[in-house]
Amino acid sequence: MNALRYLGRRAVSTVPMLLLVGLITFLLIHITPGDPASVVAGENATEEAIQEARRRLGLDKPFLVQFVTWLTSVLSGDLGTSFTSGKPVTELIFERMPITLSLTAGATLIGLLIAIPFGVFAATHRGSWADRTTILVTSMGIAAPEFFIGLLLVLVVALEWGILPATGYTPFSEDPIEWARGLILPSLALGLGIAAELTRQVRGAMIDVLSRDYIQTARAKGLSLFSIIVKHGLKNAAIPVVTVLGLQIRRLLGGTVIVEQIFAMNGVGSLAVRAVFHRDLPVLLGVALTTAIIVLIINLIVDLSYSYFDPKVRAG
Amino acid sequence: MSVTTANTVAEANTLPPPSTFWKRFSRNPTAMVSLGILLLITLVAIFAPELAPHPPAKSSLRAVLKPPSSLYWLGTDDLGRDVASRLIYASRLSLVASVQALSIALVIGLPMGLVSGYVGGWTDTVITRINDAIMSFPALILAVVIVGMLGPSLTNAMTAIGIVYAPRIMRVVRGSTLSVREEVYVMAARATGCSDARIIIHHVLPNIVGPLLVQSTVLLGHALLAEAGLSFLGLGAQPPQASWGAMLGTAFPYMAQSPVPTIAAGLVISVTVLCFNLLGDGLRDSVGRARRSGE
Amino acid sequence: MAAPLLEIRDLVVQFPSPHGWLTVVDHVSYTVERNDIVCVVGESGSGKSVTVQAAVGLSQAKGARVPHGSVKFDGQELVGMSTRQLNRIRGADIGFIFQEPMSSLNPAYTVGEQIAEVVRRHKGASRADAWKRAIQMIDRVGIASAATRVNDYPHQFSGGMRQRVMIAMALACDPKLLIADEPTTALDVTIQARMLELLMDLQRDMHMSVLFITHDLGVVAKIARSVVVMYGAQVVEQAPVSALFKAPRHPYTAGLMEAMPQVALERGHDPIAIPGTVAQAHAWPSGCRFNPRCSYRVDGPCTTQPLPLVTRGVDHVRCARADELEATLAAVMAPQGGANS
Repeated sequence: MNALRYLGRRAVSTVPMLLLVGLITFLLIHITPGDPASVVAGENATEEAIQEARRRLGLDKPFLVQFVTWLTSVLSGDLGTSFTSGKPVTELIFERMPITLSLTAGATLIGLLIAIPFGVFAATHRGSWADRTTILVTSMGIAAPEFFIGLLLVLVVALEWGILPATGYTPFSEDPIEWARGLILPSLALGLGIAAELTRQVRGAMIDVLSRDYIQTARAKGLSLFSIIVKHGLKNAAIPVVTVLGLQIRRLLGGTVIVEQIFAMNGVGSLAVRAVFHRDLPVLLGVALTTAIIVLIINLIVDLSYSYFDPKVRAG
Repeated sequence: MSVTTANTVAEANTLPPPSTFWKRFSRNPTAMVSLGILLLITLVAIFAPELAPHPPAKSSLRAVLKPPSSLYWLGTDDLGRDVASRLIYASRLSLVASVQALSIALVIGLPMGLVSGYVGGWTDTVITRINDAIMSFPALILAVVIVGMLGPSLTNAMTAIGIVYAPRIMRVVRGSTLSVREEVYVMAARATGCSDARIIIHHVLPNIVGPLLVQSTVLLGHALLAEAGLSFLGLGAQPPQASWGAMLGTAFPYMAQSPVPTIAAGLVISVTVLCFNLLGDGLRDSVGRARRSGE
Repeated sequence: MAAPLLEIRDLVVQFPSPHGWLTVVDHVSYTVERNDIVCVVGESGSGKSVTVQAAVGLSQAKGARVPHGSVKFDGQELVGMSTRQLNRIRGADIGFIFQEPMSSLNPAYTVGEQIAEVVRRHKGASRADAWKRAIQMIDRVGIASAATRVNDYPHQFSGGMRQRVMIAMALACDPKLLIADEPTTALDVTIQARMLELLMDLQRDMHMSVLFITHDLGVVAKIARSVVVMYGAQVVEQAPVSALFKAPRHPYTAGLMEAMPQVALERGHDPIAIPGTVAQAHAWPSGCRFNPRCSYRVDGPCTTQPLPLVTRGVDHVRCARADELEATLAAVMAPQGGANS
């Protein structure tokens, strides 16, 4: 099947990048000033304890050996052990992944729910005050820090009006409704940040597509406005938008670091922040690696979506 | 060189003569206003001691979390310090920090981009791949991790941000370098025995200035935002230092009782970043070859 | 006699411009009878395409307005009709094919899907039936292996075949009128001929009328039954095809004929192009709009008053000197006696 082969080929080409990402992650340990071993061993460690830590971290072996050892353990799912809690990093991350992923997914959804209607409307009503307002608002939206919007939302909606919770997270399995309610504000805070850029992209792409000849053909066929815009227009406008969406999701993942703090959610982001204060290097590296891998997977998905939106890509 | 090639030389430099540039730029009201606001903020930062109504570190336990009044224009924070004065002084830290981060990004990204674009071949491929790999990490997460390695402090935070944004500088520089490398006059220069260094200095660098200027302006805004984020989390400016982000972070827990400090800090950050973005847009229009899209 | 299928009367179409509203179609009138083939000829800027695009509401979507005139299709007035009502006619009773086959098909959908959707939309057909019809139409326009080709995307077809697909799409709902807006202009000469044959064939089979826009008199000679010549946003001559070619009554028409490569070939000289270019829509010359380029121009009658379209037997012509020039112009197209070689 052509699609599977294409998927396979694209997946394989990601491998070198995965290795590079792994290398960079590994190299991050070595930018720690001074001696990681003494950091790990603690403030008042004895010389022996430091040596012990060095051996434990494998820092006494040559670089390549260290890297390969680390790589092999990563590939078998072992991201090391947290300095603070002693739990395996992999476990810590996976515990918190659903929260961060729910947040990211919710933010993406909100971003799209805003961007597509507003972008399409602005494109089909070029020059109108609605269009001009959209351009203005999106300029401002691109500039505002997502956490500021989050703070405002907490202030107004949660604290003043009290209709949505200000903090916390309820797992989906426990109570789907509370899960959704708890996600609305944080997703909004994060999602509004990308909605602005996405709206711009949708607007630009639609303006371009709507001026094409095949749109005139669609009109001449007597198709409904909805069909013309949504069926004929959006599919062709999708490629540049999806590309930007991939980049914005990467930004979202970064933004979780802050939004999780604001809304007191126990996700991967807040795990990383706490790890900084405890100098918990394995956790930090684990989070870095995991998020980079997620980004690469998303890039792959975006890549694959091209073949859906643009039939010419499938041949290549 | 014939007349035609001489004209190509003149056209290829993306940065038009200063008079044209200024004429185009001054016609853009949004960009002009943004520049004005940024200059104003810079002046406030420079003349902070003269402008601030109160000493920023003076805490008054009787005046904790007070609302805005004629004495305390934006109220006080949880330690009884005047928010307005602190914001004014914090502008120094925030602006300097952004410039620091940008400088680091330039120091790393500019040479890499030049080498990658000019030398080409395997070097280019390797450097670009490394660049892409770094960009695979979400910016804020990579910054947090680097700060985790180096230890929380404002300088480390800005170093982290500089490293994180270096790839973007590299890309812009590489792109401009590539477009120049293929120009006829560069080959002509090489043919007449110009050394690589001379070519880079005389031909490549002028061509880079335009896009680099635009990207740097935008990155200043991003760096400010990132610094605010890191300081908000407590990973950047450490007390008693205060940047706008740090102020946002300390005001947040008391938002229910006293929302003004939070809103003020956030607003200041947003407006400044907005100005950087709009300025960048304006520069892009005034500098680049006529390439208008959408609007 | 039965009412005409399409009756354009005094149509005025204007586009916004820095100079204000530009009149690109200036009181144009012509009709298309049932089972008729009408060719509209003119160069770029004559308004020939805009006339038909505005007639079915397509120009309006690009910002044009129709301040005056009437377009009656099968008894219904199209000017002023709502888009929803127009959508019931477009694609169903009126089929449209465009000039650029390379860009007129949506690259994201298969040709089968694009044909089937018209059938589903207008005939309420099921997906299965619509698909069958799509295959049928693709076969009918002469594309081999229709059943497999129906699943292909536009980029998998050559220019000529894409145009055939457009024809299939336009005719899928058995329209009464096919409007072809310069469909062969972007095609190879050899493919042009086959396309015209196909169109004539389909016209015979489906008993539909064809309104064919072109700038090529050679095409007109091949397929037209009656001809409308447009210049400068106006109709300047109108006649049945044989009458037109035997005896053109307008200097512009005569000029077009002299410029035809076939004619030049017969007479052993290079094609004589009409000197000059058409004026811009905001700066028409006073009097006859063709007068700056006309070799028969006479100051006074040709350069002061705007001229009406006058009937001369089966002809209509807009020329101040039509009667005087009748014999001269007829001689232009007459078979030449031995002297020149």
